[in-house]
Amino acid sequence: MRAVRTLVASFAMVAGLSGAAIAQDKTKVGFIFVGPVGDGGWTYEHNQGRLAVEEEFGDKVETIYQESVPEGADAERAITQMALSGADLIFTTSFGYMDATVAVAEKFPDIKFEHATGYKTAPNVSVYSARFYEGRAVQGHIAGKMTKSNIIGYIASFPIPEVIRGINAAYIHAKKVNPDVQFKIIWAYTWFDPAKEADAAKALIEQGADVILQHTDSTAPQAAAQEAGNIITFGQASDMSEYAPMPRVSSIIDNWAPYYIARTKAVMDGTWESKSTWDGIGAGMVGIGEITDAVPADVKAEAEALRDSLADGSYHAFTGPLNKQDGSAWLAEGETADDGTLAGMSFYVEGIEGEIPSS
Amino acid sequence: MIHLEKRPQPSQFWAGFTPILAVIATMIAGGFMFWMLGKPPLEAIRTIFWDPLFHETFGPYSRPQLLVKAAPLILIAIGLSLGFRAGIWNIGAEGQYIIGAICGAGVGLAFYPSESVLIFPAMVLAGALGGWIWAMIPGLLKVKFGTNEILVSLMLVYVAENLLASVSQGLLKNPEGMGFPGSRNFRDFPAAYNAELISGTGMHWGVAAAFVAVIFAYVLLTRHMLGFQVRLTGEAPRAARFAGVNPSRLILFCLGTSGALAGLAGLFEVSGPSGQVTIDFNSGYGFTAIIVAFLGRLHPIGILLAGLLMALTYIGGELAQLMLGLPAAAIQMFQGMLMFFLLAMDVLSHYRIRFNKTVPA
Repeated sequence: MRAVRTLVASFAMVAGLSGAAIAQDKTKVGFIFVGPVGDGGWTYEHNQGRLAVEEEFGDKVETIYQESVPEGADAERAITQMALSGADLIFTTSFGYMDATVAVAEKFPDIKFEHATGYKTAPNVSVYSARFYEGRAVQGHIAGKMTKSNIIGYIASFPIPEVIRGINAAYIHAKKVNPDVQFKIIWAYTWFDPAKEADAAKALIEQGADVILQHTDSTAPQAAAQEAGNIITFGQASDMSEYAPMPRVSSIIDNWAPYYIARTKAVMDGTWESKSTWDGIGAGMVGIGEITDAVPADVKAEAEALRDSLADGSYHAFTGPLNKQDGSAWLAEGETADDGTLAGMSFYVEGIEGEIPSS
Repeated sequence: MIHLEKRPQPSQFWAGFTPILAVIATMIAGGFMFWMLGKPPLEAIRTIFWDPLFHETFGPYSRPQLLVKAAPLILIAIGLSLGFRAGIWNIGAEGQYIIGAICGAGVGLAFYPSESVLIFPAMVLAGALGGWIWAMIPGLLKVKFGTNEILVSLMLVYVAENLLASVSQGLLKNPEGMGFPGSRNFRDFPAAYNAELISGTGMHWGVAAAFVAVIFAYVLLTRHMLGFQVRLTGEAPRAARFAGVNPSRLILFCLGTSGALAGLAGLFEVSGPSGQVTIDFNSGYGFTAIIVAFLGRLHPIGILLAGLLMALTYIGGELAQLMLGLPAAAIQMFQGMLMFFLLAMDVLSHYRIRFNKTVPA
C-alpha cells in the first residue's frame, strides 16, 4: 500500500515537473531531502512546501530537489552539485546536513542557503525550525486525559534536544491533567524506518501503553495501533488523516510553505538576510491536525483552548514551577524557559523515568 | 532450439566483453524505464554516464568526486575479495568501517587541538587496528569454535552501529555542539584533517591508499605464496590441505586484512569527506563494497574499475535527479539493472550458446 502511494506520488511529481521549461531569469530553488518525498511525514511536508513555492510563483520560479540524501559524506557533494546547477536558494532539510551546508556556503558566497533545525549560521546561511514542542503540549494534554492504563508510550528517534524537548512538553501537560501518568520511551535511532517503528509500537502496546506518541515519520505505528485496537495515536510531521478518527485522534503538522514562499520572495526581491527563525503555532509553522470525535467534546475544547493560548503567546509550554529529573529546581513559579535552554535541552523534567541515552 | 554448453575454460574474450554488453543492455532497459516515467531517455543516460565526466559545469567538480566516492568502496572491496576467493565470507565490513572510524577519530580528538605531525599517522594506525580487531572477533570465533563468520560478522555490524550512536552522543560528542550529537569537525582541526593532497584533484590519503591496496593485492595474488594459497583454498580446498595450507592462519589473515582495510576506509572518510563522527555516519559503503568486489570478478584491477563505475552511477544518478527531476528510486532501479545485467552476462563467458537445427516435435 505504502509502495503504491509512493509510486503514485512519484508519477504525479514527474508529471508536474516536466511541464516547466528552463529559462535564465527564473529564480531557482533547490531542496535536499533526507527521505523519499513519499515518506508521508517529514520529507513529504517539506516537498509540499516546495510545491507551494511553485504554485505561488508559477513561471518565475524553478524548483529542483534531490531525495534520500544520506547525512554522511554524500551530503556535501549533493549540495555542491545543486549549487553548481545554478540554484539561487537551497534548503537543506535535515539536521545532519549542518556542517556540509556551511562548508558549501563558504565556496558559493552568492547563493543563499537555509538549513533546517540546525544552529550554525553564516552571512549566506540562515537556520529555521519549528516549535514542535507547542504541538507536543497539546498532544500531552489529550494523551493524559485519554489514557486508561495511565501508560503512555513514546517512540523517540535520536536523543537530541528537539526530541527531548518534545518528550518533556508532552509529559508536563499529560501529568498536569493526570498525576498518575507514566511515560515509556523507546529510542528507535531512526527518523524513518517503518519496520523498526512498528516493532517499537508493538513493544509499547505489550507493556500496557494505550496511547502512542511518535517522533518518527512513518505511519507504521498508526498501523500497529489500528491492528491492536483501542490504542490512540497522533500523526507526526504530516496529518496522517488516513488513520482518523481512530487510532489517529490528532496530529502535529509541519507547515513549511509560508516560510519557503517568504524566503523565495526575499531572494527575488534582493532582501534576503541571514537569520534564525523558530516559529510555532502562532506563525502557522506548526499546525494541530483536526481532533477527531474519538476524543470527548470537553477534552477537545480544552485542547483547542490550550492550542490557542500557545498561538497567541498568552501561555508558554514550559512554565514553572518545574524541576529537572534529578529534583533540582529549573523554573520558578510563573517563570518561562528561555530559548537558549530549550535549544540545547539535554535533561528530562522531574517525573520521567529512565535516562537519556549516553549523555 | 537454443541450449547452453559449458565451456571447458571460461572465455577470455567474453570475460572482457560482457561488461560492455551489460552496460549497453542497461542503457536500453533503463532508457525504456525513463521513457515510461515521461523523461527523455537519451538525455537521462547521457546525464548519468557522460555528464559527471565531461559536462562543462559539473565535470570539473565531479571528476575528482568520482575518486572520492570510489576510494572507500575499492579499499574495502580489495580486502573482501581476498577472503571471498578463499571462501571466507566477511559480510561485516560495514561494522569494521564504523569501528575504524571511531578508533581513528577517537585518537585524533583525544589530542585536540594539538598541531603535532604525528597525529594523523597515529589515527591511521588506530583506524586500521580498530577494523582489524572487529574482524578478528568472527575470525577467532571461527578458528576456535567453528562459528559461522557470515553470521558473526554481520551481527557485529549492528553492534558497531549502536556503538557509533553511543559515542556520537557521549564520548566523542563535540563539547561546543550545544548538546547536539556528533563530534567536532575535522575541518577545524588541521593536524588531523585528511585534506586533498593536491587541491582540486580529490586525491586524499584514502584515494592513495586505495591505489596502493590494488597494487599490493595484485602482486600478492600473482607473485606471492600467500596469494597462491588464497586462490588454491578457494578453487580446490582439498588440494590446499595436501599442499600444507594452514586453514586457521588463512582465515585470520583474510578476515584481518579485510577488517584493517575497511577500518582504514572508515578513518579516511571520517577525517576527510565526512568530517565528523555522527550517528549515521556510515552510509552502507561496507555493503556496497561486496557488490563492487563481485562486479570486479574478485580481481584487483576489476575491482578498481567496478568501484569507479559504481561511483559514476551514483554521481550521474544524482545529476539526473537534479537536472531531470528523476526520482531517487528510479536511479536505484537503474543501478540494480546494471548489477543484474553484469552478473547475468557471466553466462556468456562460462557457457557457449548452441543453436540446434532440429526442432523438437
